[in-house]
Amino acid sequence: MNYVRMFFKDKKILVGATILLTMVFVAIFARYIAPYSPHYMGFTPLESPSFKHILGTTATGQDVFSRVIWGTRMSLAVGLLVGLFTTVISVILALISGYFGGIVDNVISLFINVFLVIPPLPLMIVLAAYMPSRGMWTIILVITVTGWAWGARTLRPQIMSLKNRDFVKASIIVGESSFHTIFIDILPHTLGLIVANFFGTAMYAVISEAGLEFIGLGNVNDISWGTILYWAENDQAMFFGLWSWLLVPGILIALLGTSMALMNFAVDEIINPKLKGEKNG
Amino acid sequence: MKYILNKTAFFFITLWVAITINFILPRLMPGNPALAMIARYKGRISIQALHSIEVAFGLNIHQSIFQQYFSYLDRTLTFNFGTSLVYYPSTVAEEIAIHMPWTLGLMGITTVISFIVGTLIGIRAAWKRNSALSSSSVVISLFLNSVPYFWIALLFQYILGFVLGWFPISGAYSLIQSKGINMIGSIIYHAILPASTIFITSMGGWILTMRNNMIDELSSDYAIFAYAKGLPEKRIDYNYVARNAILPNFTQFAMAIGFIVSGALLTEMVFSYPGIGYLLYQAVIGLDYPLMQSLFFFITVSVLVANFIMDMLYILIDPRVRVE
Repeated sequence: MNYVRMFFKDKKILVGATILLTMVFVAIFARYIAPYSPHYMGFTPLESPSFKHILGTTATGQDVFSRVIWGTRMSLAVGLLVGLFTTVISVILALISGYFGGIVDNVISLFINVFLVIPPLPLMIVLAAYMPSRGMWTIILVITVTGWAWGARTLRPQIMSLKNRDFVKASIIVGESSFHTIFIDILPHTLGLIVANFFGTAMYAVISEAGLEFIGLGNVNDISWGTILYWAENDQAMFFGLWSWLLVPGILIALLGTSMALMNFAVDEIINPKLKGEKNG
Repeated sequence: MKYILNKTAFFFITLWVAITINFILPRLMPGNPALAMIARYKGRISIQALHSIEVAFGLNIHQSIFQQYFSYLDRTLTFNFGTSLVYYPSTVAEEIAIHMPWTLGLMGITTVISFIVGTLIGIRAAWKRNSALSSSSVVISLFLNSVPYFWIALLFQYILGFVLGWFPISGAYSLIQSKGINMIGSIIYHAILPASTIFITSMGGWILTMRNNMIDELSSDYAIFAYAKGLPEKRIDYNYVARNAILPNFTQFAMAIGFIVSGALLTEMVFSYPGIGYLLYQAVIGLDYPLMQSLFFFITVSVLVANFIMDMLYILIDPRVRVE
């Protein structure tokens, strides 16, 4: 259980996990933290930050702070769900491809490489623009479709090399089923990579979501950090000097993204100790 | 030889996939999205233009899906993308030609600079792994890597453009000083904010990948041997290790071409910079599917071509692929 100890001793993970858990906390208890309803439109519009409205009000007289608090939910949900879905897809494909090899492997590898080369942002935009409905699930679908390939690409060689290790070969010779070999012998050894990959794509999802919503490809009536920025830009928050409306959601997106990137990087370092400070030889 | 054949086959397969995505997507969606677009533009554009859109999206015509597909392939491969709706009556090809130079100039130059600077910092950071430079560059790069591009753009626009008034907030050149040398100055002046946005946000990625590649290479036998032999550190790092470590970065650079051509879309949008990204944004908000489709096609083809060129260059820069 050395890994677990390393996991908690690592400063990067500590910082990353603290940010992430704080946001999860805020998302769960948004109802109690936000001072007003995020939908209520009765305040004086376009007010600068004050004691009553910490981050000011929007052009339609909504409290920015309350919207930011409630927005945590969707931004976090999209990041974590996309992380989960892409990880499941890439693990399944990498396992099939790496374990069975042969023609199956060739076909899947080709598929992975094709998706890696097609530029993701334009594909996301085109996909989202064609979608009949807009909203959280559309965004999750679009980012998942465009974002799974990288994980599959990093996992596949790992599984291929594990398959040729003696302990796995022994398990095959003893006559264990493919199911047993794959899930009991191989999968646990790729856990580090899988976790790193989860945080990597979750970060990618958080940023992509914000971008799509900022262009207006989300549902503009949803409350998330991306749509708050969409309205700030559309209602010209800048020209009214409402810096808090414009800057705070962006800082939060960056923080959430960084927390996931930190954990991705730290898990990477645990799997590959070379990346850490120590010099060789 | 096998390598070249493989890469060429891959190029054509991916090209085919990209073209086919454009064909399938609108037909796959419930209630063909092109219908909404046609309803929106009825009366504003000519009957012929409307009809050509109906043909392109498989509406109101009695052709089998295969006939539609082949006529679509024919139109795509002859670069006949039809008329733009947002910029009616310009054709899609004309609009792309107008906007392309801006993106290439701004994004192309900035990406190359950011690649060079980021890679150099990455080499240094790997070399002095325990230095302040190394650890701070990792944390800063991680942060920059996870900041949304468009938000840095907003930040710069607000602070440097709006509050301090040092740089213009939007556009690519001033409409007043539009002659000779003044024009060039004005173009550079307008490019500074969007360029620094791209520079700052894209550099982090280059630093991180280069640092990690370097560290991997530094622990390989030949590097350890070179140390043991007492070669000067500079020579080991730059002449031997960096040359190997940079290979994966070249591949990534080819991928970044897609980023250049999609014009750091959101940055161009924030600064209303008249490049390809801005054009794509206009296509999206105006439901201009023909323009959107051809931009997707165009951007993807650029990436594929860049990748293919890079794969071929690999034969020159990495002798290992020649052996197979």
